[in-house]
Amino acid sequence: MINQSNKVLNTNITKLVNKTYQYGFSTQIEKDIIEKGLSETTVRLISSKKNEPEFLLNFRLKAYKKWKQMQEPVWPYLKFPQINYQDVTYYSAPKSQKKIKDLNELDPELLETFEKLGISLTEQKRLANVAVDAVFDSVSIGTTFQEELSQCGVIFASISEAIHEYSELIEKYLGSVVPIGDNYFSALNSAVFTDGSFCYIPQDTICPLDLSTYFRINDQNAGQFERTLIIAEKNSYVNYLEGCTAPQYDTNQLHAAIVELIAFENATIKYSTVQNWYAGDKFGSGGIYNFVTKRGLCAGANSNISWTQVETGSSITWKYPSCILMGDNSHGEFYSVALTNNYQQADTGTKMIHIGQNSRSRIISKGISAGKSKNSYRGLVNVTNKAIGARNYSQCDSLLIGNQSNANTFPYISVQNSTTKIEHEASTSKIGEEQIFYFLQRGISLEKAVELMISGFCQEIFTKLPLEFAAEADKLLTLKLEGSVG
Amino acid sequence: MNSNDTLLEVKDLQVSIADSKILKNLNLKINKGEIHAIMGPNGSGKSTFSKVLAGHPAYSILDGEILFKGISILDLEPDERSHLGIFLAFQYPIEIPGVSNEDFLRLAYNSKQKFYNKPEVGPLEFLTIINDKLKLVNMSPVFLSRNVNEGFSGGEKKRNEILQMILLDSELAILDETDSGLDIDALKTISMGINNFMDSSKSILLITHYQRLLDYIKPDYVHVFQDGKIIKTGSAELAKELENKGYEWLR
Repeated sequence: MINQSNKVLNTNITKLVNKTYQYGFSTQIEKDIIEKGLSETTVRLISSKKNEPEFLLNFRLKAYKKWKQMQEPVWPYLKFPQINYQDVTYYSAPKSQKKIKDLNELDPELLETFEKLGISLTEQKRLANVAVDAVFDSVSIGTTFQEELSQCGVIFASISEAIHEYSELIEKYLGSVVPIGDNYFSALNSAVFTDGSFCYIPQDTICPLDLSTYFRINDQNAGQFERTLIIAEKNSYVNYLEGCTAPQYDTNQLHAAIVELIAFENATIKYSTVQNWYAGDKFGSGGIYNFVTKRGLCAGANSNISWTQVETGSSITWKYPSCILMGDNSHGEFYSVALTNNYQQADTGTKMIHIGQNSRSRIISKGISAGKSKNSYRGLVNVTNKAIGARNYSQCDSLLIGNQSNANTFPYISVQNSTTKIEHEASTSKIGEEQIFYFLQRGISLEKAVELMISGFCQEIFTKLPLEFAAEADKLLTLKLEGSVG
Repeated sequence: MNSNDTLLEVKDLQVSIADSKILKNLNLKINKGEIHAIMGPNGSGKSTFSKVLAGHPAYSILDGEILFKGISILDLEPDERSHLGIFLAFQYPIEIPGVSNEDFLRLAYNSKQKFYNKPEVGPLEFLTIINDKLKLVNMSPVFLSRNVNEGFSGGEKKRNEILQMILLDSELAILDETDSGLDIDALKTISMGINNFMDSSKSILLITHYQRLLDYIKPDYVHVFQDGKIIKTGSAELAKELENKGYEWLR
C-alpha cells in the first residue's frame, strides 16, 4: 500500500518538478592543459606556468611532500571508491592567456558561458552592486569593478594576480589560517592550487560592493583546486559571496578548495556560499567530489566571522567552515542548509574554537535528506581554558523526505573551563504523505507544498543570505527535490 | 428532484487498502441543500469513505463509480477534486512545522482563485478576507502567525478546519468527526460556523459518533455504516434511536 501510494505521489512530483540540472552544459574551448597525474614535476610545472616567485614554489613543494606522507581521512560518514589522484588533470586553462585590460575583450565563448550561468561580466549587463571574479577551471578569467574598488583601497583580484602584485601580503598570510599539513586535502590544495580570489579590505573601510567569486569546472578530467584569501583589517567590513556550478559528466570530478579568512579588531567578514556543483544523476553516477577546508580566524578583539552556506550539489561533500575565536569578545557564526537527494552524501558542519574571553559562537544547521542520500552534521565546539565566559548556541535540525534517506548528527563538545555556557538543540522531522495530502486537499499543488515546507524549514538560514541569493537558494532547493516526496 | 440537483453520487463502490476490502458495494446520493450524517461503529469504513472521496492515494478503487456534479472523479488528483468543490475537514488535522497558517490559507485561497481564472489576492487584501471569517469561528488573528496546527489544542485544530471550509466555500463539505474531542462551547462555535456556511447550493456529509452534534446541525438523512456499506437510512430520528439502543439492534 505504502509503496503504491508513494508511486502515485512520486509520479506526480516528478511530473511537476522534474527539471534537469540546468547548468549541465559544457563549453567547447581551446585549452592549455597539462598531462594527468601528480608528481614533483607537476607541481613545478604549475608554478612555472604561473611564473610564480620562489617562496610560492617552496610552499607548494613542501605541501606536496606533506601530502605524500598523509592519508585520506577515514572518519567521515561517506562511502566512495578510492580516488586515483594520478588520473586527475591538475591544470586546465582556456588558451590565449594574454593579459587583457577590458573584460569585453574576453573570448566570446567564455563570456557566453558565464552569461548562461547568469553572471554577466560585460560592462553593460553586470550586476550593479556586486563585484565578480570569474574562475574557469584552473584560472580566473576576469574580475569586475577592480578599479572602482581600488579607489577606496580595497583589493579584489584573482589570487594569481595577487601573488605577483601583492606578494608580501600573500607570503605573510597564505597558509596562516589553514596550515599546509592541516589535513590531506589542504596539503593537496596547497601543492597544486591554481586560482581563486584575494580580497583585502584596508583599515576603517566598509567595502562598498559585495564581492563575489563564481567557480566553474568545465573540463571533464580537470580537478579544481581554488584558493581564497580574505583579509579584513581593523574596523573594516566585507560581504563575500561564492557560487559554483559544473557540467554534467558521468565521471566524478575532484574539487579541493581552501578558503582562509582573517578578521582583525572590530572587523566583520560575512561569507556566503551557494554550492550547486553537479550532484550526479539519479542512479548516483557522476558528480563532483567536494573536499573543502574553510576556516576563519577572528584575530582581533570584537571581530566577527559569519559563514552561511547552502549546499545542494556535489555527489560527496566534505566541508566544515570553522572559526578560530582568538580575539576577546569575538563572534563566530555558522548558518547552513545542506540538501542531499538521490545518492548524494554530505558530511558537513563546523568547528568553533574558543580562545578569546567572552567569545561567542552560534551554529544553525539544517539538513534535508531525500532519495537514498546520506546527510550528516558534524560539529565541534571547543572551549579552551583561556576562553573565560565563552558562549555557544547550536541548533541542528534534520528533515527527512521519503523512507530511504538518512540523517545523522555528530556533535562534539569540549569545554575546559567552568564559566562557559553551551546550548545544543536538535530535531528531526519528516515530510510525509499525510502532510502532502493535506496540502493537496486544500487545492495546493505538490510543487507549492514542498516549496512552502522547505522554505519554512530553511527560513532562519535564508534570512542570513544576501537578498539576490536568498530567492535563488529557495528555488534551487525545490528544484533539487525532483521525485523525492512520498 | 431532477438530476441537476445531485451533487454527489456513489455507485456500487468497492475499495481496498493493503489487500483488505474496506468498502463493499457502497451506494449514496447527495443532493444540493442536503445534510447527510453517517454514523456507525468503529472500523465500519466511515473515515475511509471520506478519504476516498477526497482522493487519498493509499486506497485502491476496485469497482464502482463516484460522480461529482455529474462527472467521474475517480481519475482526478486530490487537488483537482478540491478545486471542483470537495472539502474534507480532517479527523486529525495535520501539523505542518515551519509554514504559517496565514501563508497556508492564502495559498489555498489563491490556488482556487487561479483555478477559476480569478485574480489572486495579495497578503493585505487577504487579511481583510480572512479576518471576517475568523470571527465566524471565534478565532483570534494570532492564529494566523502560528504554524499550521502546530501546538494547537484539539479544539483549535477543529476550528481551523472549519475556518478553511468557510474560506474555500466548497460545495461539498465532508466533516470527519469534527465534533469529537470538543467541549460544549467549542461544539456550539463550530456548529454555528457550519450552519453559517450551509446554503441551498451546498451539501454536507457529517461523520459522527454522537447525537449531540445533530442537535445543532439537523441532518436530512442519517445513514448507518456497517462493514463497509450502508445498512440503514433514516431521518434525524434514527440518530436518537441509535443513541439509545446502540448499533447492536441493527445487526
